[in-house]
Amino acid sequence: MTLDTVKNAEQTPDVELPWAALGLKEDEYLRIREILGRRPTGAELAMYSVMWSEHCSYKSSKVHLRQFGEKAPQSDAMLVGIGENAGVVDVGQGYAVTFKIESHNHPSYVEPYQGAATGVGGIVRDIISMGARPVAVMDPLRFGAPDHPDTKRVLPGVVAGIGGYGNCLGLPNIGGEVVFDSCYQGNPLVNALAVGVMKHEDIHLAKASGAGNKVVLYGARTGGDGIGGASILASETFEGGTPTKRPAVQVGDPFQEKLLIECTLEAFRAQLVVGIQDLGAAGLSCATSELASNGSGGMRCDLDDVPLRDNTLTPEEILMSESQERMCAVVEPEKVDAFLAICEKWDVTATVIGEVTDGDRLEIFWHGEKIVDVDPRTVAHDGPVYERPYHRPSWQDALQADAPTAERLARPASGDELRAAVLQLVGSVNQADKSWITSQYDRFVLGNTVLAMPEDSGMIRVDESTNLGVAIATDGNGRYTKLDPYTGSQLALAEAYRNVAATGAKPLAVSDCLNFGSPEDPEVMWQFAEATRGLADGCLELGTPVTGGNVSLYNQTGTEAIHPTPVVAVLGVIDDVTRRTPMAFAEEGQLVYLLGTTEDELGGSAWAQVAHDHLGGLPPKLDLDREKLLAEILIAASRDGMIDAAHDLSDGGLIQALVESALKGEQGIRLIVPDGLDAFVFLFSESTGRAIVSVPRSEELRFTEMCGVRGLPATRIGVVDGDVIELQGQFTLPLAELREANTGVIEALLA
Amino acid sequence: MTARVGVVTFPGSLDDRDALRAVKLAGAEPVALWHRDKDLHQVDAVVLPGGFSYGDYLRAGAISRFSPVMETIIEQARGGMPVLGICNGFQVLTESHLLPGAMLRNNHLHFVCKDQKLRVENNGTAWTSDYAPGQEIMIPLKNMDGRFTADRRTIDELEAEGRVVFRYLDGNPNGSIDDIAGITNAAGNVVGLMPHPEHAVDPIVGTGGTDGTGFFTSILKRLVNA
Repeated sequence: MTLDTVKNAEQTPDVELPWAALGLKEDEYLRIREILGRRPTGAELAMYSVMWSEHCSYKSSKVHLRQFGEKAPQSDAMLVGIGENAGVVDVGQGYAVTFKIESHNHPSYVEPYQGAATGVGGIVRDIISMGARPVAVMDPLRFGAPDHPDTKRVLPGVVAGIGGYGNCLGLPNIGGEVVFDSCYQGNPLVNALAVGVMKHEDIHLAKASGAGNKVVLYGARTGGDGIGGASILASETFEGGTPTKRPAVQVGDPFQEKLLIECTLEAFRAQLVVGIQDLGAAGLSCATSELASNGSGGMRCDLDDVPLRDNTLTPEEILMSESQERMCAVVEPEKVDAFLAICEKWDVTATVIGEVTDGDRLEIFWHGEKIVDVDPRTVAHDGPVYERPYHRPSWQDALQADAPTAERLARPASGDELRAAVLQLVGSVNQADKSWITSQYDRFVLGNTVLAMPEDSGMIRVDESTNLGVAIATDGNGRYTKLDPYTGSQLALAEAYRNVAATGAKPLAVSDCLNFGSPEDPEVMWQFAEATRGLADGCLELGTPVTGGNVSLYNQTGTEAIHPTPVVAVLGVIDDVTRRTPMAFAEEGQLVYLLGTTEDELGGSAWAQVAHDHLGGLPPKLDLDREKLLAEILIAASRDGMIDAAHDLSDGGLIQALVESALKGEQGIRLIVPDGLDAFVFLFSESTGRAIVSVPRSEELRFTEMCGVRGLPATRIGVVDGDVIELQGQFTLPLAELREANTGVIEALLA
Repeated sequence: MTARVGVVTFPGSLDDRDALRAVKLAGAEPVALWHRDKDLHQVDAVVLPGGFSYGDYLRAGAISRFSPVMETIIEQARGGMPVLGICNGFQVLTESHLLPGAMLRNNHLHFVCKDQKLRVENNGTAWTSDYAPGQEIMIPLKNMDGRFTADRRTIDELEAEGRVVFRYLDGNPNGSIDDIAGITNAAGNVVGLMPHPEHAVDPIVGTGGTDGTGFFTSILKRLVNA
């Protein structure tokens, strides 16, 4: 086979190239020819095809994502914004925190274990690239119908993959979500979040500057795995039937990644690194073109120097490989030896593969011949941008009109009916205890885990001497978002915000993972446009900027798209982690208060799904000012020791939250229905802006006065007592019976 | 005076910093040891921490056992230096034949992370003197290959000599023989266990308890009084 050099491409303009097989559209291919003024070489075509893929270029979503910058609220906390590997937030005391959430949906369906494992690996490398030590991970997950045979293949594989990678890497897994819905049957969602901590002065950026500086590739050797992962797998709709794209899934080695973390952080500490980029989607194509285009000069690389684990790889394959656990650093020539010595100390393979030049071209050589000669900006940043057409789906009005009113969906009325409905709800798979999954994740490692699932947010101590900490929660409700995408994404934001505040932390910033169907479907694109607009507006109002995130499109099989599922992560700061508020009712005699206002809001609710398999109407109304007020009250009450427990109210409503707090604390509750409320609505409504708290009697006056002065409705609904949940005049439910219903549900599904 | 307690970092060690912190909280001087360095830097005792050294490739602990630092540790442990192996460290100790038996994959075939209740069966070792005999403690457990096993004769010997140091209570989390969670050598200076006492030394993190502190105060007292 002859090598397709730049010279060869100039001389053979009419050679047919497999642009369509690499996922490019014809107009995109013609644009590449126009940029280069000739046909691309095979290697150049490989680079453009992966970097211009939906996954890497955000070509369909870019025009909408701009709102996150345009509508960004003023925030003193933002140190690095959207566009870098991950955003960076100031949390005080000289510390900065970086966090980001990403999807690894498509690979996790094709090969659940490796797909999920490498999802963790990829997001962790983004965090290291910023100069931070990763301190925790989280995993929001969506699976298909609980009783579908394929769920039994996907779920255990995904959970084992997340655990297998994260546990071996030594990062505590402190939260996430698990949701089942048949809309995710052929398109499970595996989102992964990582958070890292550094000092302000340690922030590193992905850029290659300074002619003569060396480009060092270090970490795992390059193999044939994951070729075309981003362009083929993550950027097209699955067709029905058996997955056939297995070779495009990468294989992870968490041990190698652990070494990479330690080695990279040591090189940072020794100030040996000018710029750094991890190799994820699009591998070396991405790393070289992004480093070069973000820096001041050009770059020259020799692919012969790339350490391979398969020496039959072609240069195109080397450029496209998505082999895991690799990083690229730019190092000053006189520091190269010291850098290589640190790599050697950690048994990490490291090789100089090129250098920064004073030109403005990215040039790549193979066997002495030039096979790539491009302006790196055209590869990394000047990809196509689409204004995809979108319109409100024809079925949206009918869906919203199908409200779950008492006339349309039978509601439990008697005490016995309410009792049965509670048991059915807490025993349903989405509301059941998830410890079968979460106990497969190490939540203790690194010794700074203050709170972990099933708490409202995960909390990590940042500084042992001052007790500074951060809290993170992720939330998303595809059912709400399907009913109303604009409000649905704001509800996800509000829930994560509320969850962070419920543990006593002040929400600061947002990262989002936007999981949707095909952008080529105008109705899906409308969902995306509305959800993005809603999230940007919501972030502006709450004062929490979006620092970065990820878009995952084409989550659909045939014409069936998933529910639009924006997953929102909110990061907050707490000055003293010893003041954190857990969710468990721990002390008998404490008073239970319901904060916020309860209305008849059952659209998209867990009750409607569990009792009637119903999705229709409108999601709960949202009042972001109320959310802010609720958060302020929860934070103040935590700081001043007025409450001993708090739990956010979301899917499943009040009763779900009460059962969780009661079971966790092994304490019962005597409840009364407040005046003017229907017992069913009281228990099952999903009105937002609400939380329950337990208040020591000595603090009751101080707490209720604070709520009164600030104008937050606080209703005393019961007292912590005994070993049953008793709703006065209606029913009594022993904790043992609730626990029996609430636990073992996932195990039973998989048995 | 205080005592110097070393904690070894192998490639893939994860709980080394936690162990160093636990040593410090107990009042001893923590010393970081490196797997390639044979020199123990005058430490009086050594902790082999948890993690996935060498990725658990081949067998958990099987590669670390051949590291340069282990040569010195094996030699000095035979001479009476106190050594504590936690989780992966316990696996390294059995691979090194400083302790008998071996660890198999958990009987349910999953990684398990939980707060685990244990009973201290032997408080005569270098690492357990601060516990009362029969004391029940809550210590985090997290592993994939935690099922202690040995041939019947070895088990009988361990039981007869009181060398079972910890037993799981309220359910065996991995299927280990006789609910064994940790053991000691005949001299009582080398102890290995699967649960992680270094994660139970600070009330604000981990289990929210401090039941693990006794390991580190026990060794400190022994070394200071020696």
